[in-house]
Amino acid sequence: MGKRAQKRLLDLVTYTWLAAGAVLMVLPFLWMISTSFKPPAQQFSKSLIPDPPTLRNYIELFSYRDIHFPILFLNSTLISGLITVGQLLTCAMGAFCFAVVRFKGRDLLFTALLLTLLIPFHVTLIPQFIIFKALHLVGQRAPLWGTVPLWLPAFWGGAFGTFLLRQYFLTIPRDLVDAARVDGASLPQIFWRVYLPLAKPALAALAIFTFQGAWNDLLHPLIYMPAAPNTTLTVGLSLFQTQMAHGGKFTVLMAGAFVSILPLVLVFFFAQRQFIQGIALTGVKR
Amino acid sequence: MEYGLRPLGREKIWLWLLLAPTLVGLIFGAFGSVLATTGLSLMEWDLLTPPTWAGLRNYVELFTNERFLRSLSNTVKFSAMYVPGVVVLSLFVAVLLNRPIRGVSLFRTCYFLPCVTSAVATALVWNLIYGKDTGVLNYLLTRLGLRPVCWLCTENALYSVVVVNIWGAIGEGMIVFLAGLTAIPREYYEAAEIDGANRVQQFFRITLPLITPSIFFQTLISTINAFQAYDYIYMLTRRAGGESTVPVVVFSIYRNAWHFSNYGGASAQAIELTVIVAALMALYFWLEKRFVVYE
Repeated sequence: MGKRAQKRLLDLVTYTWLAAGAVLMVLPFLWMISTSFKPPAQQFSKSLIPDPPTLRNYIELFSYRDIHFPILFLNSTLISGLITVGQLLTCAMGAFCFAVVRFKGRDLLFTALLLTLLIPFHVTLIPQFIIFKALHLVGQRAPLWGTVPLWLPAFWGGAFGTFLLRQYFLTIPRDLVDAARVDGASLPQIFWRVYLPLAKPALAALAIFTFQGAWNDLLHPLIYMPAAPNTTLTVGLSLFQTQMAHGGKFTVLMAGAFVSILPLVLVFFFAQRQFIQGIALTGVKR
Repeated sequence: MEYGLRPLGREKIWLWLLLAPTLVGLIFGAFGSVLATTGLSLMEWDLLTPPTWAGLRNYVELFTNERFLRSLSNTVKFSAMYVPGVVVLSLFVAVLLNRPIRGVSLFRTCYFLPCVTSAVATALVWNLIYGKDTGVLNYLLTRLGLRPVCWLCTENALYSVVVVNIWGAIGEGMIVFLAGLTAIPREYYEAAEIDGANRVQQFFRITLPLITPSIFFQTLISTINAFQAYDYIYMLTRRAGGESTVPVVVFSIYRNAWHFSNYGGASAQAIELTVIVAALMALYFWLEKRFVVYE
């Protein structure tokens, strides 16, 4: 077999495997979308194309009484937004100190921070719950006090975000700091005017990660906001599913699932590069 | 201490202000939590009556509590299938995508999609796919003349859940491996080609040793994720009354604390899980020293 033919064959094998895998990855999403447009009577129909397609499920979804979908949407947006702001701000502050400033105990502190990456998150669940309960912040009404236990911890930094931003800050040329110093800039000014604007790509990557993690989180809202309507999309959908088990409509459930993933899918399509760079940034430069 | 900007005079205050959130997180959020959970694990407390000292009773009970032992064995079995599954499959996809072919970004998007979307939402579809009488998978099986399978019954649920978890994690592993693969210099392969090495030899002699750092990293991350896996398991295996057909340790912690108000017992379980993960990490780092090749 010649070299050309060998390469052709290899290409064919590659495409076949990749395409087969890609179909398996995407099919559940197609099934979700297709079912959400099917008339409820055909909820178990095995055809991928709804016949006839209908918007009824979406109308029913948004007029549902017990689990008020717009409120869930609002709660999820608010919580994820605040978590993202908190992480970007506090992780950048910490990362700036570790990457730029010279102070006693810096390396020790940074090592301690990295060590926390190895602490499984479930260890933090119970003490945090007890503290927030003692502060009477559990079971309050969303969106105001009831959401505090979910987003407040995002305002005390975190190893992942601080590490990611520090790595990026280290690539910013030091001459800029010296120049700013000569111009009489203070520490916070250098942080705010020099480093933050230059770190936009890394900040964008961290923002996307954080927002995604917060939006998709199930366990924390399950602990702090377990009942509708004071809850998030993820818990709402899981409650919705329980109700569906007693003779509900899967078509409406799929409409709910699709609406809940839509914002992130859109962000992903428009900011794919940041997503992928972010993973590469944390995965390779360790 | 060699590099860095020295804070001048009163700027020291700014330094500590900027560092304050990180310090609070370190002291209260991370290390404080470990200490607090350890303390709680030595007590009996339902948060309503005052706590009482239990000593090591919660830990002793873990060894005899059949429910906990079952959840521990589920977590271990789950991880033993999930970790190699994710590492091997995502490496396979990455190696294919690293060849000079068209449509790389389209493929990448497809494989990454489940990593973006919430496990809760996609688990709802998987429920529809795995359904016993009405599911898509059994429909296909019967069309092929096979008998339908009860995918989410106790005897199969663990495997079905592992499949969905792997499906949801391939994308991230793929990105990590792609980054590792593109960093291998082309000259190595050219030299090997001249020496007459075939593709299989090239893979095992060049590619595999040089991406051991990525394999190490991905195995580490997948292991941590496996021991914390919750969302898909909760959504696919819960039954009436809050039970699960495949209870894992995190599920058991959640249920003990927030359904049975047994905060001491739940803390002991959390600590035990942490110790297991820490021991595994230590093993990994020991293996890293011996087998991982850094250029």
